[in-house]
Amino acid sequence: MNPVNEHLYEMLKQVSGYIYPNEVEFHWSILIVVYPYLTGLVAGAFILASLVKVFKVKQLQPVYRLSMLTALSFMIIAPLPLQLHLGHFERSYEIFLTPNFTSAMAMFGFVYAWYLMVVILLEIWFTYRRDLIRWAETDKPVMKFIHRALALFSKDTSEEGERFDMKAVKFITIIGIPSAFMLHGYVGFIFGSIKANPWWSSVLIPIVFLFSAIVSGIALVMLLYMVVTPLRGEKIEIACVDKMASFLFIAVIIDFSLEMLDFIHRLYQSEESIKILSDLVMNRLFISLGIIQVLLGMIVPLVLILFIKLFRVDEELRKLFYFLAAILIQMGIFATRWNVVMGGQMFSKSFRGLTAYKLEIGGMEGLFMTLALLIAPFFILALLIKILPPWEQQSAQS
Amino acid sequence: MERRNFFKKGMTLLTQLGVLSTFAKKAKAETNGYDPSKHYYGMGIQVNKCIGCGKCMEACKEENGVPKEPFYFRTWVERYIIKKDAEVIVQSIDPRIDRIGNSVPENEMMRSFFVPKLCNHCDHPPCVQVCPVGATFKTDDGVILVDSDRCIGCRYCIQACPYGARYLNPVTSTADKCTFCYHRITKGMLPACVEVCPTQARIFGDIKSTASPLTRFKRMFKLHVLKPSLNTDPKVQYADLDGEVR
Amino acid sequence: MKRLLQKIPDSLLRVGTAFIVFIAAVILVRSLIPASLKNTEEHRKATVEREVAHPVRYAGSEVCADCHEQFELKKKGYHKNLACETCHGVAKEHTENPGDVKPVKNTKREACVLCHIYNPSRPTGFPQINPSIHNPMRLCIECHNPHDPKPQHTPQECQACHAQIARTKAVSSHARLECTTCHTVPEQHKITPRQVRPTIPSDRSFCGKCHAKESKFVGTPKIDLVMHGEKYLCWQCHYPHMPEVE
Repeated sequence: MNPVNEHLYEMLKQVSGYIYPNEVEFHWSILIVVYPYLTGLVAGAFILASLVKVFKVKQLQPVYRLSMLTALSFMIIAPLPLQLHLGHFERSYEIFLTPNFTSAMAMFGFVYAWYLMVVILLEIWFTYRRDLIRWAETDKPVMKFIHRALALFSKDTSEEGERFDMKAVKFITIIGIPSAFMLHGYVGFIFGSIKANPWWSSVLIPIVFLFSAIVSGIALVMLLYMVVTPLRGEKIEIACVDKMASFLFIAVIIDFSLEMLDFIHRLYQSEESIKILSDLVMNRLFISLGIIQVLLGMIVPLVLILFIKLFRVDEELRKLFYFLAAILIQMGIFATRWNVVMGGQMFSKSFRGLTAYKLEIGGMEGLFMTLALLIAPFFILALLIKILPPWEQQSAQS
Repeated sequence: MERRNFFKKGMTLLTQLGVLSTFAKKAKAETNGYDPSKHYYGMGIQVNKCIGCGKCMEACKEENGVPKEPFYFRTWVERYIIKKDAEVIVQSIDPRIDRIGNSVPENEMMRSFFVPKLCNHCDHPPCVQVCPVGATFKTDDGVILVDSDRCIGCRYCIQACPYGARYLNPVTSTADKCTFCYHRITKGMLPACVEVCPTQARIFGDIKSTASPLTRFKRMFKLHVLKPSLNTDPKVQYADLDGEVR
Repeated sequence: MKRLLQKIPDSLLRVGTAFIVFIAAVILVRSLIPASLKNTEEHRKATVEREVAHPVRYAGSEVCADCHEQFELKKKGYHKNLACETCHGVAKEHTENPGDVKPVKNTKREACVLCHIYNPSRPTGFPQINPSIHNPMRLCIECHNPHDPKPQHTPQECQACHAQIARTKAVSSHARLECTTCHTVPEQHKITPRQVRPTIPSDRSFCGKCHAKESKFVGTPKIDLVMHGEKYLCWQCHYPHMPEVE
């Protein structure tokens, strides 16, 4: 028995019914779950930020910069899981040399570059430019250089310059919203366009992805804000959290309705694949879909937020409920990604059998790598906060 | 082990530029007067003739150097048993382990048969559509090939194939599949599976030729393809195909 | 020019410059990459080259005829369409180096049994045996020449070929009926089974001999031939080898 294939002999025991012989190997591992999860957070955090700039939601001002930095730090890590799961990651540059324009995946590089360079980096730069110049005046030598370089050695502190920056930010945000929609809708399209797979093949998938992205992004920034602010010895602005929770509430309801629509539509149309898909949901995804994604990830947080909205709840309890809801939502959205990516591979395309996924602990595509990839953005965020403190402006204002 | 792999991959990256450019030069070499634009290949499968001996599976692995483990197949044979209570049991026969295995008593069977499967060499191949680097493509003579030197191993094509005809070759870490034995057919030989099939359940030929066993096959039988609703337009066609086969 | 520059805000100018530098760098890097790496057509050509160059392992039957006279014998027998390499394995190397490399010559029972063991999924009419009762301890080739296989003597029992029917009938309520009760079998059927076929009952009164309500026969289910499904022959609904109605 070849050690390389040993796990496949193990897998054979997990198979029920008939699967094609080539389907024993599970092709897209947990890393491909992490990838849409991370991109979703990027798109969601960005859309939260744009609420401030485009829709002028004043209460959210305290988290504007934080959510931009969050989007950037998750964006930097987002392509890594994709790269790491390739059979030949050293060949990934070929996606730029000979991109196949009919392939959704080939467009990743372009969508990613556009979003990172034109939207996130530019918006952050215009937002921070004046502060960078100001900071550089009082900085110690090393930091001084970093800040000056980041400002592209700009020294323009004029009123007009600042007014232009504000205009630029607004303009970029207006471009940025459709771009964020495109970024995550596109990730959904990677799955939704596979006609061979009835679990994925749905026009609703890109839209479901998008709204779950918004949900996860808002919840993440909410969590970050509620954790970091006390650590800095500041007071959490409850109006800001309330507002975020309201948006979160709406986003979860839309997300929930879309997913229910998808579910009911499939059930009602009841096509050839319905039997195997119901088997899949009942036998393989019951916990991750029924319990974690729907019950804990949607219904419980909705009830928690609704409770706060209906009854007069004191501030401390409110914070606790929000915190709980945001954590549950993160879990739920991760489960959503899991159910899409793994669910689509757990049934045979012969529609006659189910297989299972066994998570490795170590190794390139194992549990530790996954955790590392999920934690890495927070380190980048910490670094970014160090270089580009997102609070400076507020303390100056107050 | 991990680290060595990493190192190896790094080295490949360094040498890749050089290697690829030499390949590009080699590409100009002659192909022995074979003109791909004059051919267009297809296969016919007569389900009623298959005896499920598995010779085709063995020959394919032998001819193409496919790993012997039972997870990598360019072609395989399925056994269908439709029971009197309408339950359908499918097994993929493994020529090395279970040749006869009879899990259903004969008096419970309504009908039973074998179905050979392989890459359908679709005219509208979903795998080609999704490959991000264009490493899998359709040749002028209608065969779907994979460039093992440029495949990045993303496995999108494996997900996109409705027939489960692709696998990730564990040796090269690239997508792999049936080539209709391209090295044989371009020399006028039959694919290995067709060559060894004892009952002529598989008929290979040139769709463009006016008289050939494949032409006769197409004239004689009512034909069907797998999963026609997906509009992949397979060039592997089946005679006597049962509706339960997917 | 200078005034124009002054009109553009400082920040835009700097970002714009950074962008232009970046895009110029991308274009520069892309132009430095050798064209062969960016040319999909050349990659495909190289892939076709590589596939065509893959070594052939199955030589194909025609070559064998050059040296081996058994080929002439085989051409006339039941195995005429069987490729040599189906049983003897890969032989390309043997054709290149006949002295040193010898193909497989498997004389064990398993080699023949692989195809000829009884399996209910196999098409009816394909010659199948039950190896545990068919001369268990003897080699197949003691009685059958694999290059011209024939039954040792013309089979007397129907079940030699129609094992599935015989087995089904044996446990049915028709177990005690001889095949010849219902079928008239021309002697020629035993020699050319597909050309000359036995008869099957062609009118309802045949079954009526036992099953009509006027019949004197004791212990059989009786029906009114006039009233009971007059449009069809009996065996168009009932399977006589395993009648469904008790």
